[in-house]
Amino acid sequence: MMKSRFEVNGKSVEVEVEPRLTLADCLRHALRLTGTHVGCEHGVCGACTVLLDGAAVRSCLMLAVQADGSKIVTVEGLSNDADLTPLQKSFRKHHALQCGFCTPGMITTAHALLSEEPDCDAARVREVLSGNLCRCTGYISIVEAVLDARAAYKNRATERG
Amino acid sequence: MDCRVKPGNDNIMKMPPFDYACPATLSEAVALLASGKGEAKALAGGQSLLPMLAFRLAQPSLLVDLRKLADLREIKISPDGVRLGAMVRWREILDDARLRSAHPLLRAAVVEVAHYQIRNRGTVGGSLAHADPAAEMPGIAVTCEAEISVAGKSGRRLIKASDFFLGPLMTALAADEIIVDVRLPEWPPQRRWGFVEFARRRGDFALAAAAVFYDRDGNAKVCNCHVGAIGVADRPLRLSSAEAVLNGSSVDDERIAQAEAAACAAVDPQDDIHASGAYRRALIGTMVERALKAARAR
Repeated sequence: MMKSRFEVNGKSVEVEVEPRLTLADCLRHALRLTGTHVGCEHGVCGACTVLLDGAAVRSCLMLAVQADGSKIVTVEGLSNDADLTPLQKSFRKHHALQCGFCTPGMITTAHALLSEEPDCDAARVREVLSGNLCRCTGYISIVEAVLDARAAYKNRATERG
Repeated sequence: MDCRVKPGNDNIMKMPPFDYACPATLSEAVALLASGKGEAKALAGGQSLLPMLAFRLAQPSLLVDLRKLADLREIKISPDGVRLGAMVRWREILDDARLRSAHPLLRAAVVEVAHYQIRNRGTVGGSLAHADPAAEMPGIAVTCEAEISVAGKSGRRLIKASDFFLGPLMTALAADEIIVDVRLPEWPPQRRWGFVEFARRRGDFALAAAAVFYDRDGNAKVCNCHVGAIGVADRPLRLSSAEAVLNGSSVDDERIAQAEAAACAAVDPQDDIHASGAYRRALIGTMVERALKAARAR
């Protein structure tokens, strides 16, 4: 068993885990943050995407012990209690989910993309989301939702100055 | 908040058990690998090794995480060429504006590496050490005649890329050796180049890919032509017969067609679940043709 200390959604945590425990399983089972979904468990489907020091990564392709010292944001950290976020609203408006299994990965990935590139075009959104499998929607509504959310991220970039 | 995942909670353990170390220096890392007696593995970005562990295709006794080795994270650009530290991530190559001119072929190949999330984690050294025959970085290393610098118990050595890849997932690295950097030779600004790959789905491993570059002599004829083929053999290849067709030519359509035919004739890909050998043979010709036309148009 090894200790790993990191920050999740702004809170410091310390876990004691076997080295072979993936970050995805650590988030779900030790920290009970079950918004992070585990689909393929070998880095193909993107459902387990989280933000590691701001960058979108597959949490099934990381060990919990590798997260030591880092800042993790899960899909729970991208929501807010009072109201839906602009990205969530856009997903609802465009019917960008059906079963919802892939949605946490879509939201975390799209959030990273829009934070870095609020001016991205449809081709870029498609390229980035190629790492996230959705078996329901056919992607068109997801791409539209992400494109429609760009305005909120542009405004945010302007506010930050 | 303190949390503990109890040992014996096997229902959530996907991977086989292993010990884990995260050394602060290269010499410590080498010593740890050597202590594993062939059963220890270096862990870089984990984007190839962790899937292997998830399938239990690898069962190392010890993982030596290289993430604290800051010296391995540098991108050095000099008149001699480009040095990429083993822990340089794909994302860092794409974000480095200098590389657009210092090594445009490298950049074009890295654009094609896997997916967004994987490019945020995957490393140059990890890809070289994993040695997937369809991976971009080993192909670029072979095409560009790169040298791979490694450190082990008995010191440092430089290995030519053409000697480094021995077969699928097999390299010349000894069990106690760690890749330090890969050295791509100087890239003249006038050089023509092309990189083209084909995969069924964006970001998947290439069914085949071609990396080409050439310079031009005083009479505007091709010289120093390099044609690399990815995904059509047990390791990345240089296609010297296609290069011979092109050297001394002016890359007209007829020569390109001859180079395409030479490329198809030079490879003998095997059938697998992704494609038949005959399909891959035809595809590498098309990839070489398209890469040459892209080079010519630059």
